[in-house]
Parts: sequence; structure tokens; C-alpha cells
Amino acid sequence: MNARTNILARLRAAPAGVPVPAPDVAAWHAAAGDMDSATRIERFRANIAAAHAEVHDTDIDSWPALLCGIAAQKGVRKLLVGKDAPEAAALAARAGGDLQLVRYEKPASEWRSEFFDDIDAALTPARSALADTGSLILWPDARAPRLMSLVPPLHFVLLDAASIHTDLYAAMTAERWADAMPTNALVISGPSKTADIQQTLAYGAHGPREVIVLLIGGAQA
Amino acid sequence: MSQPIEFHPSFAERSKAAVNDAHLRQSFRGAMDFLQAKRRAQFPDAAALETLRDLGADIRRYALANLPALLEQLEAQLTANGVKVHWAETPDEANAIVLDIARRHDATRMVKGKSMVSEEVGLNHAMAAAGIEALETDMGEYIVQLAGEGPSHIIMPAIHKTKQQIAELFAAKLPGVSYTDNVDELIRIGREVLRKKFAAADIGLSGVNFAVAETGTLYLVENEGNGRMCTTVPRVHIAITGIEKVVAKLDHVVPLNSLLPRSATGQPVETYQNFISRPRQPDELDGPDEVHLILLDNGRTQAYADVQLRATLQCIRCGACMNHCPVYARIGGHAYGTTYPGPIGAIISPHLLGLADTYPLAFASTLCGACAEVCPVRIPIPDILIRLRNEAQARPGTTAASLRGSGAARTAGISAIWRVWSLIYSRLGLYRLTSWFMSRGRALSPTEQGAWTKSRTPLVPAPKRLRDLLRERQR
Repeated sequence: MNARTNILARLRAAPAGVPVPAPDVAAWHAAAGDMDSATRIERFRANIAAAHAEVHDTDIDSWPALLCGIAAQKGVRKLLVGKDAPEAAALAARAGGDLQLVRYEKPASEWRSEFFDDIDAALTPARSALADTGSLILWPDARAPRLMSLVPPLHFVLLDAASIHTDLYAAMTAERWADAMPTNALVISGPSKTADIQQTLAYGAHGPREVIVLLIGGAQA
Repeated sequence: MSQPIEFHPSFAERSKAAVNDAHLRQSFRGAMDFLQAKRRAQFPDAAALETLRDLGADIRRYALANLPALLEQLEAQLTANGVKVHWAETPDEANAIVLDIARRHDATRMVKGKSMVSEEVGLNHAMAAAGIEALETDMGEYIVQLAGEGPSHIIMPAIHKTKQQIAELFAAKLPGVSYTDNVDELIRIGREVLRKKFAAADIGLSGVNFAVAETGTLYLVENEGNGRMCTTVPRVHIAITGIEKVVAKLDHVVPLNSLLPRSATGQPVETYQNFISRPRQPDELDGPDEVHLILLDNGRTQAYADVQLRATLQCIRCGACMNHCPVYARIGGHAYGTTYPGPIGAIISPHLLGLADTYPLAFASTLCGACAEVCPVRIPIPDILIRLRNEAQARPGTTAASLRGSGAARTAGISAIWRVWSLIYSRLGLYRLTSWFMSRGRALSPTEQGAWTKSRTPLVPAPKRLRDLLRERQR
């Protein structure tokens, strides 16, 4: 604890300097203005597409069929779904043939090599999304663990168009993040990428090479 | 075990070698032009940018103004969340904390996300000395580690390398890999190698972009996903950061991260924003069982102790100052010999390493002001460079000499010159007499004038003094 005491003592011994008022993030955000719902959907779509993700319009009843079609086209054989996840149940009724649903039931440490080597894709819901940066908000839990959006090469995301916020500040305040942060919250803007070799953009650095958004209720809006 | 500054060759010799390296010049010139153009395109509205920079600067200044209280709040929140908080005054202490955690878990394999603080403390060397493999997993960091080098840029570590050089490196160092300079293929090779390492690692180590005091949250941003791997797959996650990286409120990260990626690489947003608040909970199926945060001082409290130099700690490590620095663009990152290169490196390194070893960096600037103009949190870098130059020349024992190594650049010769200068300039008669002699004796000016005449024509006093010219005009 000595280091702690010494560091804090040195900081407290320093002169105060000019007083700084508390920053007003809300005022800055308010000045930028909000978007209406149609604009939010349109901006989300354009921005996440620019980040190399695919967006497919669908609805609450037909997304399982759409997903199965895309999965077949992409050659997905093993699709990871959350244990007890509602979307897994909806998909189970539909999946079959070449598409095998794998449930995330055991801790990752107990099936790591299969998880890392054999799973072709995963499906998770998004809690919400952001228009201004084309981002998906994931709130991992036991039904959609953290690694689902990272390890498999393809990530399917179910997103309700009504949950798209203008930006991160709007999402944080509307969803009251500061009151109860989860173990891990994620804001994901497209597939994994790198430009570390001669500024040349390459996708699928360590995470998914492809992110496919199944957008529910975005077409009518 | 801290990463020592390289004394031999000197900064002057290293920078001379760098400007004469055509490949290096080409790599940096190309990269800097590219990054400057990308940044410009991200901020089309100048007024909006200035407002955002004001807010970014306010958020960082507010955090620093309340730093001791915020650090205690951060610690209390993280502890309540189940994260273990450690404090380290020196690089050695930080490495000892990591080693202690590693030993408790019998760990031998560590995967690392990008962390400049881990470079600063020389973590990889300390781990290697203790028999622990510390593997860099950011593609750029992996490349420079494979080459036995350090990063040459804080955001793009392998910016000095061409794809052909990387292709040769992979073919030489990775078993079963043959030469390819196809970038997608090179990244695929790196991905395959590193995936196995993630799966087998005992410990994941990461940096922190911002630590939120309000909620006890570690905020990390990245594009590749290696940071998420390091913080999710191994059973222990150790985050290491400087004490200045704290922010008061969760929503303070929003404006800061609106500035960070756009200033750094000219991208609108990073692929992953990762908010970590606690270790794995009983019902959860992945994530580390233990999360540790190491808060490092290493000279930061010295910068904090001075109201002007405190602004150095506002930095959010975007690298925009180096991307726009005419000196950095020509000599590259390695010539600086310090963990942090470029303008920010010149002003932070004296606190980490002492002014005696780092003052030449403060002089390696034209004071053009480009760094301050692009800094997203308005650090007055040129003012601080001038202050450090003064510190380097400060007379020991005076109030001006406040830093470790102050006065290190002071020599008897230079002191004598300034004594004569101040004598002449503070006595009018003496000044007139001296200037009269200089203008009349201009033919006697030396043709060798030290560093000045290495690349310029010699300075010769004007044939007529200003007061002579004015007198003629008034006649």
C-alpha cells in the first residue's frame, strides 16, 4: 500500500491550478441535435455498410428463413447460439439440413479447441444500435456470452430497428448505463480489421471476417 | 527493468542515420500524408471540431483537477465490482506485480493487447527474464516483436516497415510460411498463429484507454479483436495504465472517443469499444475469473506537480501530433530512442526518464505549432517544449530548476555566452559600442559557425545597424 500512499500524497501536495468546471456533455450533445427514426435507420444502414458489414431487411417472423438462406450460401455448417436464448428457439424450428445449431452451454474453457476451430458462425441479439457511427451494442450475458461475437468467423446479429439510437451518448442516457454496467458491454462497428501492414485495410484480423445484421422492422419505417 | 533510453548512438546520430535511410523516409512520408488526409476528411466542420476539442480538453482537465479523488473513487468502484487494483511507483514495481500474479497462477504464457504503458515498463523483458512468454497480438506489435524491434509509432507500431519487409520477416521466422507480400494473406497467417496462442494463454494483458471512476469501468478501443481476446479468453486479465487515464463520468468517454479514432487514424470509430467492469460472474460462460488493474506513476506525479506541465497528462494517446510533426515525419519513431516518440514523446519522456537523458528531444522541434493545432485535447505542446528547453538550461538551485535533470544541458561555455549577452543587452552604451564594432568588423565573422554552417551559409552582421538606418531615414 506504500506506493498508493506515496502517489496520492504527491498528487495532493501539487498546487491546485485553475479551477475547471464540470464538463457539460449533455449540452454539447443537445447542440448537435437528434435524428428522427427514419434518419436513424438510414444512417445506421449506410454507416455500418461503410464499415463493411451487411444489412438484410427482415421481420420478426421471417428472419430464421433468411438466416438459413444466407448461412447455406456462405457454407455455414455449425452455427453457435445461446443456451436458452429466445432466438435459438425460433431458429431451431427452422434449421435443418446442413445447418447444425451448436448451443453455448459449457464454459468456454471446457471446449476451447472446438469453439476456436470448428464453429463457422454465431447468432446473437443486439441490445440496440447507433446511427452516427453504424454501431451495434451488445450486452453479453449467459444467453449470449462475450466470445460469440468474437471467435467465429461470421457473426449474425439480430437487431430491432426501433432500438437504434442517434449516438452513443443518447444510448447511454436512455438506457441508463451508468446505473448498472454489465460485466462487459460492447459497441461493435463492423467486422474485425487491421491496417497495420502498410496502411492496407484487411478484414478478419482476429475477430469475425463478416458481420451480418438482420434488421427487423427497418424496411417499413 | 524499465526500457532504457538508448544512449549510444546519440539522438543526433540516430536521427542523422534515419534521414539518410531512403526506405524509412518513404515509409513515413507515405504514412504521414495518408493519415493527415484521412484525419482532415473526418473533420469537415471546423467549428464543430473546435467545440469538440474544447469539450475534450475540459474533460481531461477536469479529471486532472480532481485526480487524487477520482483515483480513489475508481479504486473503490472497481474493488466493489471485484476487480483488484494495484499501485506502482516505478516500472520495476509494476513488473513485480505482474510477476506475482503470474506466479500465483503458475502462468507461463501471456498474450498482450496493445499497451504503450507495458512498453514503457519493459514488461516483455521482465517476463522473459522470469521465463514467461509475453506475446504481442496486435498485428503491428506482433510484427515488430518478431523483428526484435520496438514500435515506431504509438498507434501504428510497424509503420516503418514495407509489406515486402514483413513478407521476408514472416518467411524467415514462421515455420512453414513461404514468402508472400499479399496483405490479406499475411494477416491470415498472423491470425492463424495467434489464435492458437489466445486459446493456450494463461494471462491476458492489456492497456486501458480510459478508466471511468463513476462506474469502475475499463474502456478499451481497438479494431482487430485481439484486445477482446486478451481480456476475455485467458482466466486472468491484467490491465496496466498510467494514473492520468481516469475520467470522472461514463459519458465523458463519448466526446473523447469521438476525437480519438478520427484524430488518430482518420476512421470514424473503432471496430470494438470494450467496457469491462468486473470479472466473470458465476452464471457467465466466458471472461476471466480475475481482473487486475495496475495504476502506474513512473514520473507522472512530477508532471502533475507543475501547473504548466500538468497539461502533458491530458494526452489521450492518439498520435495526431506525431502524424503532423515535420521532424517525426523525417526521422521516424525509433530515432527518438524513447517509448513515446514525436512531440508528445518529447514532453512526456523527461518525466519518465529524467531530463538529463531526454532534453535533446525538446530541441528537436521547429516550434511550428502543428502538434498543438491538431491535438484533440489542446495540449500546448510548443509552450511545454520551450519550458523544457529552459529547464534543461536552468541554473541548479534556482526555482526554475524543478525537474529531475533540470540544468543538464547547461555548460560553462553556454553559461558564459548568456552572461555576456545579458551584460551587453542590459547596458545601452555597451550595446551601442558592441553593435558598432560588429557592423564594422563584419569581414572578421567566422566562416565556421558550429551546427549552423553545416547546412547554411554563415551569419554575418549587417553593414549598418538598425539605428544607423533609422538615422539616415530621418535625415
